[in-house]
Amino acid sequence: MIKAILIFNNHGKPRLSKFYEHFNEDIEQQIIRETFHLVSKRDENVCNFLEGGMLIGGSDYKLIYRHYATLYFVFCVDSSESELGILDLIQVNSQVFVETLDKCFENVCELDLIFHVDKVHHILAEMVMGGMVLETNMNEIITQVDLQNKMEKSEAGIAGAPARAVSAVKNMNLPEMPRNINIGDISIKVPNLPSFK
Amino acid sequence: MSDVVEKTLTALPSLLSLDSQPGSAKLSTNSKLGSLIRGITELTSKHEEEKLIQRELSSIKEQVSSPNTTMRQMKELMVRTIYCEMLGYEATFSYIHAIKLAQQGNVLEKRVGYLAVSLFLNESHELLLLLVNTVLKDLQSTNLIEVCMALTVVSQMFPKDMIPAILPLVEEKLNHSKEIIRRKAVLALYKFYLIAPNQVQHIHNRFRKALCDKDPGVMSASLHIYLQLIQENPESYKDLTASFVTILKQVVAGKLPMDFNYHSVPAPWLQIQLLRILSLLGKSDQSTSEVMYEILDESLRRAEMNHNITYAILYECVKCIYTIHPKSELLEKAAKVIGNFVLSQRINLKYLGLKALTYVVHQDPRLALQHQMTIIECLDHPDVIIKRETLELLFRITNDQNVTVIVEKMLDFMSINKEDHTTADLVGKVAELAEKYAPDNEWFVETMNTVFSVGGDTLQPDIPNSFLKLLSEGFDDEEENKKLRLFAVNSYISLLQGEPSKLPQRFLQAICWVLGEYSHLREDVEPDLVLRLLVKLLNIKSTSSETKSWILMAMTKLCSGGAPLSVPLEVSETYSSSMDTMLRQRAQELQYLSQNPELQARVLPRGVSQEPMEVDSSLSFLDGFVSEALAAGAAPYKPPHQRQEELSRSKALSLEPYGLSLPISMSSCSIADRQSPTLLSVSSGLSGDRTDHSHKGGSTTLKLDGVRRVWGKEGYLAQRESAEETAPVEAPSPLQPLVQQGDGDASYSQTPTPIPECEQEKQQLASSLFVGLASQSSVCLMGKSEQTSQRFRRKLKDPAASFPSSTQNPLVSPPSSVGHLLLDSSISSDLISSPEQTHLSSVDLTVANGEVELPDRDMKGIKSTLLREDSALAAGSSPHEELDRPKDSCLTSHLPAELSGLPHSEITPLCTSPSLDLSSCHVQKDDSLVLLVFMKSSSDYDIQQIQVQVTCEELEVSCVCDSPVEELKSHGVVVCQYFLTVKSPSVYFVLSGMMSHQIPDNSLQETQFSHRIPLTSFLRPLRLSTEEYGTMWLAFSHDTKQNLPLMMDAEEPLTATLKVLKDKLQLHVVEIIGNEGIVACCLRQDQPCLLHCRVHAGMLAVWLRSPIPELPDCLLYHCQRALQES
Repeated sequence: MIKAILIFNNHGKPRLSKFYEHFNEDIEQQIIRETFHLVSKRDENVCNFLEGGMLIGGSDYKLIYRHYATLYFVFCVDSSESELGILDLIQVNSQVFVETLDKCFENVCELDLIFHVDKVHHILAEMVMGGMVLETNMNEIITQVDLQNKMEKSEAGIAGAPARAVSAVKNMNLPEMPRNINIGDISIKVPNLPSFK
Repeated sequence: MSDVVEKTLTALPSLLSLDSQPGSAKLSTNSKLGSLIRGITELTSKHEEEKLIQRELSSIKEQVSSPNTTMRQMKELMVRTIYCEMLGYEATFSYIHAIKLAQQGNVLEKRVGYLAVSLFLNESHELLLLLVNTVLKDLQSTNLIEVCMALTVVSQMFPKDMIPAILPLVEEKLNHSKEIIRRKAVLALYKFYLIAPNQVQHIHNRFRKALCDKDPGVMSASLHIYLQLIQENPESYKDLTASFVTILKQVVAGKLPMDFNYHSVPAPWLQIQLLRILSLLGKSDQSTSEVMYEILDESLRRAEMNHNITYAILYECVKCIYTIHPKSELLEKAAKVIGNFVLSQRINLKYLGLKALTYVVHQDPRLALQHQMTIIECLDHPDVIIKRETLELLFRITNDQNVTVIVEKMLDFMSINKEDHTTADLVGKVAELAEKYAPDNEWFVETMNTVFSVGGDTLQPDIPNSFLKLLSEGFDDEEENKKLRLFAVNSYISLLQGEPSKLPQRFLQAICWVLGEYSHLREDVEPDLVLRLLVKLLNIKSTSSETKSWILMAMTKLCSGGAPLSVPLEVSETYSSSMDTMLRQRAQELQYLSQNPELQARVLPRGVSQEPMEVDSSLSFLDGFVSEALAAGAAPYKPPHQRQEELSRSKALSLEPYGLSLPISMSSCSIADRQSPTLLSVSSGLSGDRTDHSHKGGSTTLKLDGVRRVWGKEGYLAQRESAEETAPVEAPSPLQPLVQQGDGDASYSQTPTPIPECEQEKQQLASSLFVGLASQSSVCLMGKSEQTSQRFRRKLKDPAASFPSSTQNPLVSPPSSVGHLLLDSSISSDLISSPEQTHLSSVDLTVANGEVELPDRDMKGIKSTLLREDSALAAGSSPHEELDRPKDSCLTSHLPAELSGLPHSEITPLCTSPSLDLSSCHVQKDDSLVLLVFMKSSSDYDIQQIQVQVTCEELEVSCVCDSPVEELKSHGVVVCQYFLTVKSPSVYFVLSGMMSHQIPDNSLQETQFSHRIPLTSFLRPLRLSTEEYGTMWLAFSHDTKQNLPLMMDAEEPLTATLKVLKDKLQLHVVEIIGNEGIVACCLRQDQPCLLHCRVHAGMLAVWLRSPIPELPDCLLYHCQRALQES
């Protein structure tokens, strides 16, 4: 399970923090600080895994991080997650941020993350739900986020008439996912199962 | 693709000047959040930031509470609040508004509302209840986005109690036509399973359906659930193995839509998840493992591309192969993969390779041998994480030959690494290795010194604890023990002569203990010198008061060595007015004991062989105190469950769940027992009655809940227990309780039998020490870890009987463990010594009983006979004993007809007078015991006016004869019958009697006699079913525990032992389940006693319960006798 996802910059300023396990406000801040402390000490050419600090849990927990220019992406996970798997998930994650935010603005930078705090959280929610990896398919996430952006834009257009906006949004549906088209390729038959009622 | 990220993010520095960037500029001009962020980035100090945010928050507060704020504005306000919260500033006022936003806003606003709620609140927050209705409404919405949002928030957090309200709706979503909804519903259900597994019991079939959902996304979501379920209970899901294998096959073969590919690897995360599930299923199960061999081979083969994610799959594959039932072909391939990992230049792979090696090194030490050089290289790797992982690997392969090298490496690492968590972990490992494999004393003591000084105060408390225990218990060779201790003393004296102020507190405490206990071993050092060193330590400012207590204790011990008294007196003077109660206590002890060498010798015997102590875990020594309290009008103790019952009975409606049935309570008892037999009074609610007993009786109320468990499993906990037990009897002077206790020591508490145990242990120790001393080749780093001898192997002991030596010398007890309790050490010393005292007093008892005060000197012979009879009876005389003496056999014929068929004891002479012989025996009837007194006239004339009186305090004696015997014909025999019933149990019942008769010269002659009956004669089997036993067990409050010897030579020790008890004591064996047995007996129908026996560490742990307070102890005594004799 993923315990927390933290993004902070080179100076330790938090840019996004999402905890999937409850901690006190103070403890959360302490975790962010400690994590930054641990991660920022590391050289560029060392491994991307860190055995957890004191705070977030004992030896069962580890930190998996990536460093992009000015930002650290840190996932705190327990032993039920694959290290390399998460490492690539971070890659997907950042790519999704870049791809989606990129479409709105010419360039994505650290500040974009905070200017769009809510949007970033929504993207994250499409990937990780309640500490579980929900979706690893970049295209799918981007489709979802695009849709949300569209909603936003249409709302901006009809800002003067909120009532109409509400009804417009209410009638909106999620588009069909492209993958549903070729779903015939896979046939997962589960034998030995009791009949379902 | 990561290049894109790099590129875009590197552009940041230029972005910091916001104006030049159209994107950011556009945002910041029209957004308040933008200006806030801009404001913050311009600030320089934390203080300014705080001020700014507080200002911001108060303006937000004003706006959110204004009625004119639209939902749209509210959404914008929430985003700002989220930002502030992320920076660590609390905005509690906004929580309710976040919920309101989620309730009332349109889709976009709602989404921000939900987001804010999920970031601000947690599962137990009370406001969350207000959200339930909103979630309920949104789950029913026709708008997919709303449903998605509701499911997302549910899987993040939801009040446990409200799950039933939305569960049907979420379940329904499993059949939704959109896969995204189904997927989210599956994860929401998984969340429910995690927080309230019982609530989703009924939908396990639905999970199976989700597993074969036509959409792979839903299927992969359901794997989360299965991973968890299988982890908890692999057995129930073995039937799914084939399905998981099929799924994996199709995934590997690329049957999934292209969308699932990541770097042209088909659904890698899905594969990882499946491999994990398979390894759980195949663990130590050959037939299941065989199903997956093929696909594992296939996975290994396919995953040969050069990308990170394929390595992730490979790693999982390798782990799986090593976890399941081994297949040599696969193992070979897996070993090769591990080799590639370890040798890889990529550091992440190296890390995983080392991890994999650590994982497999138990099964395949050769693999580590192959990569010897790489491992050694990794030890000098610049990355600390790699180094640590290597040390972890080395730790696993340590044996007695490579230990010095490995420990040195570990200590090296610790001196560089300053991180607390790592240090604490490594220090523990070093201590473990040192203890296991130490090549010699010097090395051991020096290594431990480093451990203590490096570990400092982050050290796990059980490390110094077990170190001291090892020193005090030692090993087989007494000479070696002495050398080790001497070496420790030498090293500590020189340390104290150096710069002791730099040493960590825990180390100082250990030093104090060692010096106190063993500095006398070094003859060339005056105790005075050690005392002065200790005083120096005492005067260092940084010394904590806990350490000071240790110092004072050490001084107390040193004083007995004939050191001059001036120093300790001065010290005790200073500290006896200390504000710290512990210190004060220690100072008082020091003062008192240093002036009273006699008491000192008793309390702190020096050089006693460290025999294992039996501890009276039932606290029977408190019985005196308890009965005193009862006599003074205290309410009798009721165990918690009984109180609970009474409480619920008094209520009109019982809101409590039904009570535990027997099997549960039995098992919970035994679990508690297993964990720490000596800590029962603390850890198990069902036991420890006596402890609570004294709490009630005593005026002091002890709160045990909050007491920190400072000392480890086998450490000083026992000591603490004794502290708790004795604390209520506490008195201001350390000596007063000693006297009290002496009286309180009931004569029937168990007599310890340490000698045979010792022998047994030593034999065990010898056999385990000299097994597997297989020599290893050279000082190679890699060696097999299997066969190694442990240098400092502890004496094998039954944990229940094992106590650190400090129990013998109670002043050794670490103050931290008793700090809360105002422990009076001498009480515990008394507790400890009580078994011996008891032993003595029971000897006294025997003598006293045997002493029949007869006026006639000729009776001396009888006295010895009586003693013999006692022992014969005490041997649990078999009811069917043959009578051998002719004198008896002639008396047997006089047995009353109705009793003649029943078992009776040997007929023994009671007393003789010139004209009359008195003999007696007792006959066991089913429901009672009958005492027969035979009067045989040896005179030639009739004896007149015979009166016989029999009395006993503990028994009710009623005469059966219609009228007392008046007359005895010449050479005739008359029999008197007395019914005996137990009033209060005792180990032996001593009946005293007086017979008077008229002798021919008309004077009255009186003769006194006594007769002794063991408790066993009153015992009858109590035939019960296991269920009845269970109910009774819970209802009884008085309990006692003890370890008894087990008949080890028998094939089934438990059955054999119980059979002995059954035969000798007439107990009823209710049931034997595995290594536990339940036994019942009774005195009369209303005086039952239940025994719960369990084989534990070569001993029989017996737990007795009865409604009669004294019965368990008495019965235990006889059990012990019975087993010793057989």
